[in-house]
Amino acid sequence: MKRTLFRNQLLPWLLLAPQLAITFIFFLWPAAQAVRQSFLRQDAFGINTTFVGLSNFEALWNSPEYLNSLQVTAVFAVLVTVLSMGFALLLAVAVDRMIRSTSVYTTLLVWPYAVAPAVAGILWWFIFNPTIGVMPYFLDAVGYDWNHISSKTDAMTLVVIASAWKQISYNFLFFVAGLQSVPASLREAAAIDGAGPVRRFFDITVPLLSPTTFFLLVVNIVYAMFDTFGVIDATTEGGPAQATNILVYKVYFDGFVGQNMGSSAAQSVILMLIVIALTVVQFRYVEKKVAY
Amino acid sequence: MIENRPGLNLLAHLTLMLGVAVVALPVWVAFVASTHTATDFMSGTIPLWPGPHLIENYSQMLGAGVSTSGTPPVGTMMWNSLVMALLIACGKIAISITSAFAIVYFRFPLRQLAFWCIFITMMLPVEVRIVPTFQVVADLGLLNSYAGLSIPLIASATATFLFRQVFLTIPDELTEAARIDGAGPMKFFRDILLPLSRTNIAALFVILFIYGWNQYLWPLLITTSSDYYTIVAGIKRMADAVDGLPQWHLVMATAMLAMLPPVAVVIGMQRLFVKGLVETEK
Repeated sequence: MKRTLFRNQLLPWLLLAPQLAITFIFFLWPAAQAVRQSFLRQDAFGINTTFVGLSNFEALWNSPEYLNSLQVTAVFAVLVTVLSMGFALLLAVAVDRMIRSTSVYTTLLVWPYAVAPAVAGILWWFIFNPTIGVMPYFLDAVGYDWNHISSKTDAMTLVVIASAWKQISYNFLFFVAGLQSVPASLREAAAIDGAGPVRRFFDITVPLLSPTTFFLLVVNIVYAMFDTFGVIDATTEGGPAQATNILVYKVYFDGFVGQNMGSSAAQSVILMLIVIALTVVQFRYVEKKVAY
Repeated sequence: MIENRPGLNLLAHLTLMLGVAVVALPVWVAFVASTHTATDFMSGTIPLWPGPHLIENYSQMLGAGVSTSGTPPVGTMMWNSLVMALLIACGKIAISITSAFAIVYFRFPLRQLAFWCIFITMMLPVEVRIVPTFQVVADLGLLNSYAGLSIPLIASATATFLFRQVFLTIPDELTEAARIDGAGPMKFFRDILLPLSRTNIAALFVILFIYGWNQYLWPLLITTSSDYYTIVAGIKRMADAVDGLPQWHLVMATAMLAMLPPVAVVIGMQRLFVKGLVETEK
């Protein structure tokens, strides 16, 4: 809280005006529209709209496709989070041992953050291309017939790898920062007491790293749920047979391609509730971090 | 390091080298592919080392593009991406720093409400309100324009909070001294706050430039005229179009060009990048 303030009454509104205008026109108004449309149903020509209460939500609840999309999103988010955080933690622990070469390795590991999800999708899609890709060539040698165009498992594997790859650098940077804040004296004391590196890792580093881990869990779930649209669109487009049709992709597809406004709006509302819940979790955690 | 264990050090180095290799693999493959010709992929064996067609492929993409794909030359798309990224980064910083100034240094009615309105944008990513936002932009006639590409994305709760934190750490004595010397609020903002938040602005700019450059869904929806295609959104259209007639070398050259500017920013300004990344998550 500032003790010294300026007295003007009009000036703060002028300063806030651009931000508030954009917030109202492009955030609050569309969000309100989504909520409104989620209670309406349009006829095929978009002329008549009728108020249908919660029936758009009911339809989603009874739609096997939507329930499948929920399940796919959950599996996808968990796999991306675990794979990306696991790999990043391994690299961060290795870098934490280094003294001179830390910055070299960090530079070599952080740049994928800058690659767009859609471009990451294109890169991995090329590597896994069934006819000319590098990976199917090697997989064929060990007797696995890779085809993400027809196999659901292969398609999911592809989008998980592409999405996790892009997120490694982010997790890595935060894990390195977290590891550096673990007091060396604790590890030294444990070493004097005869605890080996593995024991020290699990009994000292892991518990003290838990705030970072929890924070990254939330961030990675948000990333996997909302920022991976580009990966999906550039590779599988939700297929085969809805196997990679995550919630954000379904909102887009039902709204723009399927032109089913009521259903798409209802899906938007559900997604907003998910984001709000995740944001609340994140902010509660931030408060805890201060007390930690 | 607690004790000297050469074995563990070796293991750590091996892990890191493997990690660097895995992380670099897709880009290496794309780079190699972008230096060959279309016929090199037909033989069934995948080239693993760069070929001699680097300059030829890249200059073709930058200058002429692929006529069959309906996308403009990559040079045009990169220009559009650059304009969009700069407008988003500068726009977000400009409106957020003035908002934070208003919220921290003034007391006015409904201040709390204004703060919450900005906060709520954090909970409404473009992906979840995509259809109605598109309708608003279409109604305003902003399709196929730089304004349409950037303005709907430049509200930023994160940036506002960041500047709020920065301003809260600036000592009150500076404000008092400025007022005694007769400086008004805007003079104080320009001559004291802006210079003091210079590194925060730079760090935030790095993050926001990457954010802007990498936008995908939004440009994909609102650009129907190829004059406004951005490279990240255009590359998908290109890949779709060449699916029947595989011109992988050209698609991969485009992918390399699409990631070059943001990757160069991250590597060239690594210190600012890390600072920005950590600060925006506070």
